[in-house]
Amino acid sequence: MPAVTETREAVEKLGQSSYKWGFETDIDMDLAPKGLNEDTIRLISARKEEPEWLLEWRLAAYHAWLQMEEPKWAKVAYPPIDYQDAHYYAAPKKKPGPKSLDEVDPELLRTYEKLGIPLHEQAMLAGVEVPEGEEARMPVAVDAVFDSVSVVTTFRKTLEEAGVIFCPISEAVKDHPDLVRKYLGSVVPTGDNFYAALNSAVFTDGSFVYVPKGVRCPMELSTYFRINARNTGQFERTLIVVEDGASVSYLEGCTAPMRDENQLHAAVVELVAMEDASIKYSTVQNWYPGDENGRGGIYNFVTKRGACRGARSKISWTQVETGSAITWKYPSCILQGEGSVGEFYSVAVTNNHQQADTGTKMIHIGRNTRSTIIAKTISAGKSDSTYRGLVRVLPKASGARNFTQCDSLLIGDQCGAHTVPYIENRNMKARIEHEATTSKISEDQLFYCRQRGLSEEDAVGLIVNGFCRDVLKELPMEFAVEAQKLLQISLEGSVG
Amino acid sequence: MNAVTKDTKATLQPFQPRLDAVKGLERTAALGALHRVGLPDRRVEEWKYTGLRFLAETPFAGPVRAYDATWAQAELQRLGVTAGVGAALARLVFVNGYYAPDLSVLPEGVSVAFFSKTGSFGPLACPDREALTALNTALAEDGAQISVPAGVDGGHVLLVSLGQAQAGAPISFHPRHSVHVAEGGKLRLTCIQGGQGRYLHNPVLEVSVAARAELNHLTIQSESDEAASLATLYAQIDERGAYNSFVLGVGAALARHEVHARLSAAHAQVHVNGAQRLRAKQHGDISSVITHAAPDCISRQTVRNVLDGQSRGVFQGKVLVERIAQKTDGYQMNQALLLSEHAEIDAKPELEIYADDVKCSHGATVGALDDDQMFYLRSRGVPEAEARQILIHAFLEEALDLIADETAHALSAHIMATRYPLSGEEA
Amino acid sequence: MTQFLDISGLCARIDADGQEKEILRGVDLSIPPGEVHAIMGPNGCGKSTLSYVLAGREDYEVTAGSVTFHGKDLLEMEPEERAAAGLFLAFQAPIELPGVNNANFLRTAVNAVRRARGQEELDAVAFLKTAREAAKALSMAPDMLKRNVNVGFSGGEKKRNEVLQMTLLQPSFAILDETDSGLDVDALRIVAEGVNRMRSPQFSALVITHHKRLLDYLKPDRIHVMAKGRIIHSGGPELAEQIDTEGYTRFLAEAA
Repeated sequence: MPAVTETREAVEKLGQSSYKWGFETDIDMDLAPKGLNEDTIRLISARKEEPEWLLEWRLAAYHAWLQMEEPKWAKVAYPPIDYQDAHYYAAPKKKPGPKSLDEVDPELLRTYEKLGIPLHEQAMLAGVEVPEGEEARMPVAVDAVFDSVSVVTTFRKTLEEAGVIFCPISEAVKDHPDLVRKYLGSVVPTGDNFYAALNSAVFTDGSFVYVPKGVRCPMELSTYFRINARNTGQFERTLIVVEDGASVSYLEGCTAPMRDENQLHAAVVELVAMEDASIKYSTVQNWYPGDENGRGGIYNFVTKRGACRGARSKISWTQVETGSAITWKYPSCILQGEGSVGEFYSVAVTNNHQQADTGTKMIHIGRNTRSTIIAKTISAGKSDSTYRGLVRVLPKASGARNFTQCDSLLIGDQCGAHTVPYIENRNMKARIEHEATTSKISEDQLFYCRQRGLSEEDAVGLIVNGFCRDVLKELPMEFAVEAQKLLQISLEGSVG
Repeated sequence: MNAVTKDTKATLQPFQPRLDAVKGLERTAALGALHRVGLPDRRVEEWKYTGLRFLAETPFAGPVRAYDATWAQAELQRLGVTAGVGAALARLVFVNGYYAPDLSVLPEGVSVAFFSKTGSFGPLACPDREALTALNTALAEDGAQISVPAGVDGGHVLLVSLGQAQAGAPISFHPRHSVHVAEGGKLRLTCIQGGQGRYLHNPVLEVSVAARAELNHLTIQSESDEAASLATLYAQIDERGAYNSFVLGVGAALARHEVHARLSAAHAQVHVNGAQRLRAKQHGDISSVITHAAPDCISRQTVRNVLDGQSRGVFQGKVLVERIAQKTDGYQMNQALLLSEHAEIDAKPELEIYADDVKCSHGATVGALDDDQMFYLRSRGVPEAEARQILIHAFLEEALDLIADETAHALSAHIMATRYPLSGEEA
Repeated sequence: MTQFLDISGLCARIDADGQEKEILRGVDLSIPPGEVHAIMGPNGCGKSTLSYVLAGREDYEVTAGSVTFHGKDLLEMEPEERAAAGLFLAFQAPIELPGVNNANFLRTAVNAVRRARGQEELDAVAFLKTAREAAKALSMAPDMLKRNVNVGFSGGEKKRNEVLQMTLLQPSFAILDETDSGLDVDALRIVAEGVNRMRSPQFSALVITHHKRLLDYLKPDRIHVMAKGRIIHSGGPELAEQIDTEGYTRFLAEAA
């Protein structure tokens, strides 16, 4: 019992000090006036020099949004959001877009350095010392999005040679309009849900990836999102299209400064995988979670969905969610192609007053489609964490298989952990297995580790990392190391 | 319940003439709740998988006391109440919601009162929360109020409901039953439901199990294939008390068996088990909310579904562990076997946990008959149809084995054998 | 007083399901450096409780008595401090740590203890070399270092893994709580040899067992009989033989 008490006390001590990414960068910003109306949308579209069809698309989304209600079914509670009290466009003031790193505002580069994001190609190419037993690191191409605008994309040349397009979506609209027009909104329609409609109306930037037939993307692609300006919403839009037999691994990281007031983040991510294509999408979400009294923090309302359109295509989502005051996020797979595969691996950590309602949807449409869901939830402090997931098998999906494993770990007696799976099967030749457990760290395990000389903090860290191992091992190595550290920090004192 | 924008009055249309005549404090309060929300539609989370269109389409008349005695006798035989192991047991028989003394044999050592006489509603039901309980409260006609004194073993009592509706004249009845087992007492209770024609059986049963008391409760739902059976059960279990329940569903066009069980003091335990076997266009829903409101309690739930034809099975099981309920031990398992390409299962096993020192788990599996097992049986000379029956029977039997009481088990086996006879020698 | 491990008048109880249960009722025991002692006794006599109390399990409440280890008050120390001070407990039922890689766990433990002892930490290469050699000496399959701690291990594998940890952590005092249970003859010999390799003037052990067989290999200096939470008889190695043939009845009668 005392061990648990100490752990709990340690959790309680943990305040905002542990959020090490909470600095603000002082950069000259171009801000749209507060509020959301047709004019705001026209302004965004004009600033981005968008074609007429995209403006129409945005306006349609806006009108759909006006008719919609905020979803209320998630197990999260927050005061009403005034959607008119935010800036819907914020961009660093820098005349023509940077063509190379030398043109980027040095202040911005320093920001990314602080975040530990390696933007300098030179440093990357030089390679980092490789520890024994680990493979040499792959170079990573980075698209950095600052508030709503992509500021720099590295390694574009190398990627171009391989035929891969990796650029801000605002550029893709100009340079590859046919591709964007064909796929934008094809997985998450403008009227899909309240937040997706909002995003469609006001998104300002994000990443676009196109991998042509038969190409294995030569490096990991990565986007870092940073909310900096005050009272801004961030609405990025990511679109990844992978053609027949091609593959890509994409990483996404997010941070924000500490602020008293809540900030809204409503992204949309669309993935399209054609025949034999494979997309691995990894997220380490570390938006500012608010302080120990639940003040501030990001409201993270995100729609992520992938369509496995071609036979044997595969989409794999891996997420480590440690940040945000509120997380509302269900990365999903529409398994249309015969034999296509969807995966969802998730670690969600909540502490203090954080609330997370996250999970996935696996929609089995095609024959012999398979899905795997592994969700690990850790709640500490006064937080609430919910796994919410849907497995739906439609009548034509003979031979469909799903396996779901949801495990929750509670640290302290002031938090909650909930599991809400929905299983809907309309095919007799489908097989679905679901398992869920809820427990705390066992006193036996803690004592065993401490008897071997580990401090309680290290012991808890070790056990929690072990608890999350099935998910962490799905992350690309670079990210896995970062994610482990992040787990450690998010639960500092309580969980190592 | 969420405020839902719909014409709440319209959903109550089938019952309107009777609702207009409602009097009395509890009944008018319940009617008020009904008027606020109406009967639930599928936008209400708890009713996501079960729609009540069946009701809206049917103007239900109130029940009458008179019944066809010949038919009733035959139906009691069919249900195993007056034949086989059931014949020896005390029984309280209700026809169309009214107590039928001519068909009943009162139990000894157990006190029995009737709602039609006492008019008293119990403390556990929540008409404010559950619309079907509100409907029952507004319209309740009769019901058994069984009570087992402290330290007494009340033996085995059958509580039988028969519904009989004439062609083209649908009726609804809304029995209000309660069972109380006082400290250290014991009771075996088997509720058996049958009938013919198109009717709505909408019972509410309140169960209270006092400290160290034990209630073993089996429900056999074998209603008319045209009927709707919408039952709501509230149970409260006190310190070291045990409530072991099992529901077997084979009948009705539309059925829902909804249990709200509350473990209200330490070391109480509850079993909310069940099985259903459906065919044709039957819709069967087994829903439960088990609330751990005290430390050191145990809950267990195993539910199995076998679904053929175009039938649809629903399982919703929520285990709620309140902050105070440390050392909770909760386990839940839902399994479904689909026998036809048009059958459907929807399952929502849910954990809501606010205490940290708990051991809770749930599992769910959905699948078809195992090809290897089928092949094995056929290679031993068992014809395909029979092999199927053997495997289906075995699948359900693993659940039915949870009915510990031999007599109760025999009653359920009788119903299964009557409705789904096994060909060949297999017992 | 040995100035090594001295237990005096130790009483402890556990809170079992709301009821306090007295388990140790005044244990007196001294183990000098370099000696191996064994404790035998009927089930439920408090042998395992003694090992847990010495290792610092928090669900046991020490109500009286003292334990000094290397001249320090052992009971004041946290479990990990006791480990760093040189105390090792081989668990009767080793705990499983899902998802935690065995080699990683061992290295974390070894380095935590080395850090606390002011020794230099081992890097991955040096550690793995040592660990592989130690595992080989215990006839452990090489993949046991890669598997998760005790997860899916057979009973015998778990016990060997305990001895492997002991070898690597280099304690000055080890408690072996029924380390022989569930081992076949060959495994027992291997485990016993592992313990014997540790023997030195700076290493002592307390062996809890029901069987003479392990003691035949370990050749203890003293044997203690424990019953009802106390040491009721102590003697030389010959006691093992006597207990093996006569059982505990005579000692229990004498004590009563």
